[in-house]
Amino acid sequence: MTTKHRPPRAGGQPAIVAEGLTKRFGAVRALDGVDLELATGKVLALLGPNGAGKTTTVRILATLLAPDAGRARVAGFDVVSQAAAVRRLIGLSGQYAAVDAYLTGRENLRMIGRLYGLARQAARRRAEELLERFDLLDAAGRRAGSYSGGMRRRLDVAASLVAAPPVLFLDEPTTGLDPHGRIALWQLLGELTAQGTSLLLTTQYMEEADRLADAIVVIDKGRVVATGTADQLKARVGGNRLELHAPQGNDPSDLARALDGLGSGPPTVDAAAGRVVLPVDDGPALLPELATRLAASGLRVADLALRRPTLDDVFLALTGHPAPGTTRTDDVERDSPAEDGHRALASRGAP
Amino acid sequence: MSAIATTARAAAPASALASVATVTGRNLRRVVRVPTLIAFATVQPVLFVLLFTYAFGGAIQPPGAARYIDYLLPGLFVLAIGFGASQTGVAIADDLASGMIDRFRSLPIASAAVLAGRVAADAVRNLFVVALMIAVASAIGFRFHAGPAAVLAAVALAVAIGIAFSWLNLLLGLLVRNPESAGLAGIFPVVILVFTSSAMVPVATMPGWLQAFANVNPVTVWVDALRALCLGGPTATPVLQALAWIGALLLATIPAAILRYQHATA
Repeated sequence: MTTKHRPPRAGGQPAIVAEGLTKRFGAVRALDGVDLELATGKVLALLGPNGAGKTTTVRILATLLAPDAGRARVAGFDVVSQAAAVRRLIGLSGQYAAVDAYLTGRENLRMIGRLYGLARQAARRRAEELLERFDLLDAAGRRAGSYSGGMRRRLDVAASLVAAPPVLFLDEPTTGLDPHGRIALWQLLGELTAQGTSLLLTTQYMEEADRLADAIVVIDKGRVVATGTADQLKARVGGNRLELHAPQGNDPSDLARALDGLGSGPPTVDAAAGRVVLPVDDGPALLPELATRLAASGLRVADLALRRPTLDDVFLALTGHPAPGTTRTDDVERDSPAEDGHRALASRGAP
Repeated sequence: MSAIATTARAAAPASALASVATVTGRNLRRVVRVPTLIAFATVQPVLFVLLFTYAFGGAIQPPGAARYIDYLLPGLFVLAIGFGASQTGVAIADDLASGMIDRFRSLPIASAAVLAGRVAADAVRNLFVVALMIAVASAIGFRFHAGPAAVLAAVALAVAIGIAFSWLNLLLGLLVRNPESAGLAGIFPVVILVFTSSAMVPVATMPGWLQAFANVNPVTVWVDALRALCLGGPTATPVLQALAWIGALLLATIPAAILRYQHATA
């Protein structure tokens, strides 16, 4: 966990400051006054479901979109009036793996290097370094169109690092990566930030924000609903969670009724997962009462756990609806057209 | 691992010209790798020369040219270049949809560089297309009837017409956004303008109402200028008129395309 608990870097302004960012697309209010701040050398996770406004925020900060209202500075430069200066200092890996399918992996990286102003030799060297670091050397001479979804995503992230930018934007960087690829990317991002790169990443995955981020901004329907470290956010939700799984085929709502009034709040039912989650202040002390109630109701339990709140619980508590993406449908590399279609639709929902 | 963050800061942003050259290189690679683009640059121009010559050649007695192919080839330049340019609209719409434009726009390069690099690559391709058509046409009887300077001027004018088509299609692609629609949006005007012009048949053979349109049709102006350069005869006025149309199109499309690009996101 090299990304966390590092001493603050001496001096200097924050890498990113945004105040009151607002953006409408027609009748849709995509952003409704978003404030956020990223300290230099730190990692900020923008956490929220599809359509929350994560991508719009990244696009504004990366100078691709002008906000309707509000201001933002990246490395001290205004993203609207000093966009050219900002572009020299940022790397962006967008929601899509934006690589040229007809160029090889190597050609893609060299092209980006040249566009960043690297001399031909430097662009070549840089491409080789990144290809090696991202485990793409074997495929470097093949067209990117022949890459798997995960390889394309890795190439895309590599492209955002070509100019070794001090501020990096990654929009859902691990979408489409297999578990191995995700952990490798997390490790690499940890190394980057340990060397002083400031990173803003968006994610739908609590686990990812928890693992990588120094600070988390939870965003929903264009508004910031909470800001803090993972621990702070969990603390806001308080207590522990008692989680019960109904046996296959049984309705977890029956369990929820049996538990009513037992915890510090009402139980929530996840019918699809066959699960009931109950917030509790003192879990162990409740176990005798729990056992009595279960015995009286005659209900069976497939699994039972007492745990600390996860960011999923945080999301539910803060927004009133469960976080989507908790069942990770795109865990595997995106080879099936159905998943591609799903993602394409989802992306369009989040301008 | 230290390789990741510690090297490769550029001393200064790339010059506009270097950026254009880099993007041109990207697009030229695509011309030789994307099957559709290969076909538009090779099969199609050759087919145009052969099909139109042998299908229409017997029926049409062109004025001022001994053989139909001598009359036809300048018109086919415009047809082939116009059709080929539709792929430029497709490509920019595709870049928009795939997020490439987002990536390019996040880079410290002049906003016109991505578009100009596309146009420059098109110009190189069109130079090849025109040379290929001249070679194939020559094999089946085409001959220039003017001096080498006029021939070079004809090739240069054809490439300039291509530049106007490229900018028009960049604008269309950025407006339409959907690659398939961009292709159609690029092809339709070419079909309509080429077949209502002097490209294939003398305007005098058309009904009067169509003649009125054909005479002000920019494709007629361009083809007449190309024809004058290829077949001999007075060139100054038709070439100036052709350049005026090109200039007007560029004036209308370049600022609009750049403005559109600057506000384009996936």
